[in-house]
Amino acid sequence: MSFISYLINGISLGSVYAIIALGYTMVYGIAKMLNFAHGDVIMIGAYVVLMGMTKAGLSPILAVLIAVIICTVLGVTVERVAYRPLRNAASPLAVLITAIGVSYLLQNLALLIFGANTQSFPTAIAWKGFSLAGGTLNISGETVITIAACIVIMVALTLFVQKTKQGQAMRAVSEDRGAAQLMGINVNGTIALTFAIGSALAAIAGVLLCSAYPSLTPYTGAMPGIKAFVAAVFGGIGSIPGALIGGILLGIIEIMGKAYISSQMADAIVFAVLIIVLLVKPTGLLGKNIQEKV
Amino acid sequence: MTNMTAKLKNINKTTKNNAVTYGIVIAAYVIVQLLIFSGNLSSLMKGLLVPLCTYAILAVSLNLVVGILGELSLGHAGFMCVGAFASAFFSKCMKDVITLVPLRFFLALVIGAAVAALFGILIGIPVLRLKGDYLAIVTLAFGEIIKNLVNVLYIGKDSNGFHFSMKDSMSLKLEPDGMIIVNGPQGITGTPNDSNFTISILLLLLTLFIIIRLVHSRDGRAIMAIRDNRIAAESVGINITKYKLMAFTISAALAGVAGVLYAHNLSTLTANTNNFGYNMSIMILVFVVLGGIGSLRGSMIAAVILTLLPELLRELADYRMLIYAIVLIVMMIFNWSPKSIQWREKNLAALKNKMKKGAQ
Amino acid sequence: MKKFTKFVSLALASVLVISSFAGCGSKEESTATNDSQDAAETSESTGADTFKIGGIGPVTGGAAAYGTAVKNGIQLAVDEINAAGGINGKQIEYKFEDDEHNAEKAVNAYNTLKDWGMQLLIGTVTSAPCTAVVEKTKEDNMFQLTPSATAVESIQYDNAFRICFSDPNQGTESAKYIGENGLAEKIAVIYDSSDVYSSGIYANFAAEAENQPFEIVAAEAFTADSKTDFTVQLQKAKDANADMIFLPIYYQEASLILTQADKMGYKPSFFGCDGLDGILGVENFDAALAEGAMLLTPFTAGAEDDATQAFVTAYEEAFGETPIQFAADAYDCVYAIKAAIESANVTPDMSVSDICDALKTAMTEITMDGLTGSGITWSADGEPSKEAKAVVIENGEYKVM
Repeated sequence: MSFISYLINGISLGSVYAIIALGYTMVYGIAKMLNFAHGDVIMIGAYVVLMGMTKAGLSPILAVLIAVIICTVLGVTVERVAYRPLRNAASPLAVLITAIGVSYLLQNLALLIFGANTQSFPTAIAWKGFSLAGGTLNISGETVITIAACIVIMVALTLFVQKTKQGQAMRAVSEDRGAAQLMGINVNGTIALTFAIGSALAAIAGVLLCSAYPSLTPYTGAMPGIKAFVAAVFGGIGSIPGALIGGILLGIIEIMGKAYISSQMADAIVFAVLIIVLLVKPTGLLGKNIQEKV
Repeated sequence: MTNMTAKLKNINKTTKNNAVTYGIVIAAYVIVQLLIFSGNLSSLMKGLLVPLCTYAILAVSLNLVVGILGELSLGHAGFMCVGAFASAFFSKCMKDVITLVPLRFFLALVIGAAVAALFGILIGIPVLRLKGDYLAIVTLAFGEIIKNLVNVLYIGKDSNGFHFSMKDSMSLKLEPDGMIIVNGPQGITGTPNDSNFTISILLLLLTLFIIIRLVHSRDGRAIMAIRDNRIAAESVGINITKYKLMAFTISAALAGVAGVLYAHNLSTLTANTNNFGYNMSIMILVFVVLGGIGSLRGSMIAAVILTLLPELLRELADYRMLIYAIVLIVMMIFNWSPKSIQWREKNLAALKNKMKKGAQ
Repeated sequence: MKKFTKFVSLALASVLVISSFAGCGSKEESTATNDSQDAAETSESTGADTFKIGGIGPVTGGAAAYGTAVKNGIQLAVDEINAAGGINGKQIEYKFEDDEHNAEKAVNAYNTLKDWGMQLLIGTVTSAPCTAVVEKTKEDNMFQLTPSATAVESIQYDNAFRICFSDPNQGTESAKYIGENGLAEKIAVIYDSSDVYSSGIYANFAAEAENQPFEIVAAEAFTADSKTDFTVQLQKAKDANADMIFLPIYYQEASLILTQADKMGYKPSFFGCDGLDGILGVENFDAALAEGAMLLTPFTAGAEDDATQAFVTAYEEAFGETPIQFAADAYDCVYAIKAAIESANVTPDMSVSDICDALKTAMTEITMDGLTGSGITWSADGEPSKEAKAVVIENGEYKVM
């Protein structure tokens, strides 16, 4: 019985990782950059929702909408100001380092605005969830909604990328930026759109993260951000279903490792599994194997 | 004949370039010593001397992997951690046995570097099969595993010898006369402060020497050939695995040296995200990239500046880290953006022309 | 390449120069009151006429909440003392430096304060940095009083004292209290194995538990890198039929643990140490979840004595939040130093080392009534002797048991 409850907890933790990983993988797939500031955009989104609900007394849905808008604007601005000037830099590492700078910036900005104290998060999800097996197994409303949101977002993203004109443009930019430009695709616009979508997803992830684990500080986004990055790589970075699978598997491994091996070494176990998977399948679970051109 | 002179000129140019690098370090040392003797160096700067050298060594050693070998490693702090803990463990055990400080520190240094090199080999073998971002994430994973394991490591010593546990300090079952040496998250306390500025500078010079020699040797050229074109390098018979592993291991050993300096500069050694976790690994990478990938001198200078910056910004109180982040972003854009490089080159050329005209 | 690196160094250097100028431009230190700032300016020319007290703690990074509380707590006490005429008629100047909860940065902060002319140190806030700094204060023979570093090594030299209880003290006292009052039979412990404070208390709690009538049925850890999900630890406690969970951790994680236990429908009793104080101050936290939780702490903001009430009101007025125990410890530090200075007749023109020697003896002679205990005395090894109050949370408020 406790195994099943561990499994459920693993899935619910994993679904939070997955939703963050979707944003990561989306940006990586198209802009070919690891946006280390993604976790901090999540934190900003969560603060906006919190302030909206507690200080301005908005309804959860309205607060989330405002957070989505603010995060989108933030994401696009950051891309325009900090990332775009470096897009054609001599090394792809330049923009990675700038992303780290942006991450510090957002954390310290939040520290100044919201203070260092932990804030609890009033759940944005009123539904209590349901219990199975005579009350011994509880599945919380947050878990169900997070997983549902994950699946909806994954399907929507896949459809968007496959079926719409902008989606096609994204795939073209992802495959060959230069050729895409020659074909008349607005590369800057496409990448900005990618950041807009990724940041909007971050806002939603922030709400779901903090609803499931109601504790918010300026550093809340950093660790889940790194974990989600691991999840994205695990599933094959750049692959949208890969992010979902990677996230959920990571959550399950973390919980199971804690439960059956050692709670002190949970981090080591997660990373050890990651290493083994990557050694067996060097591009992640669903990653594409890129042929080397001679 | 002209070919020969060109070649000679070329060699002279690189020798000169290297001489400048060594010269900067030695000049910095002399200036600092003069300031100390004249009593003009603040306590803050005095306290920062060893850390500055430590970070310079870390940056230069990571540059070997990132710049010369061309692979992205996000686990460099892990090797530093291994070197720090191995050497601090040795020094703490031998604190009363070997009282000759230089000998004890030298042995600690050898142990720290050797253990870090060993980890470099062990981790390098599987890791170097991967490429690009996947390699980066696996090095990050190894770094985190090392940090996590160090945090659950308990080692004690009593009349019956060493005791070892991965659970907690009680399960060591020490005799009353026992002493806990590595105490889980509390790490190692009471490491003798054996490092000083002169030793640190010497180690920095040694690090530079090793890497510069490597780069200009046959092995170094093989490593750079792999970076520039792996397939071509393989086709001319370069053993890819061997050379990749060589660069990776030397880099790890040098990070271990930096760890030894770190451990022997503070009396307490704990492994957390900020000093041995991914945050530190990323910070070292920031030094390398900001200073110019492949430029040893650049990494050194970037390490010094980025370590000094938050200290110099202390006057700003609450805004300190915010300004630090903004300065970092601005410096990155200024140094790396193609547009800014173009702008600088244009203006500098104009300036040079002006100066020439002025001279005429 | 060479040209490029030249550019790089040029650019870096210029940015550095500009930024350090910017640093001078906007001087915004946490010096005490306006009078003391004036006093500071004159003191430079006329020789020391004010006590220069420095503080060190994390005000950025993951532990920022504790450092900020200490910074504010000292500020409040210093302002009060200065307004009331200072110590022996001498004003206090106060400066606080950030250490990011990092031993190396703490040493930098210490050196910065030394350059500023610090004579007495309150700090550092967290244990590992404190252990690094105490080595330096020992070298300089500077008096050090830490509000909240609990590790044994943090005050291992005779120049260092602390206000809070040590790890061994808290762990042992908690086990004794639970055992003697028969609060539980089966106890599960959830602790942070990457944190010095938490694992220190746990080790001593477990050692003392062997002499007590209860049994530790589960001891589960978490780390700084995985502290969002506690369901496994709670599930194990539940499976082991623990009727009490001992939480030697800080209130941030505890608030998550209480929430998750509630979601699981698991209702043991909770027992914590001083780190748990502040849980009711977490904004938007549902206090009903903490109902019945007990903690052994020297201070709670809910205590009804006049001194605590006055402190809480003043703190809330000045900083807009309820003080946690760290703020109270820091506040007491300043008054302990004041008492020791008055007892030893120390004057600001004495050298750092003389002040330290005088205060070392004075600290062991004074008895202080503070927010975190009455009749506090110190032994020569720096440990305070005071009563811990057992407090229970009832109807959303702390009640002394």
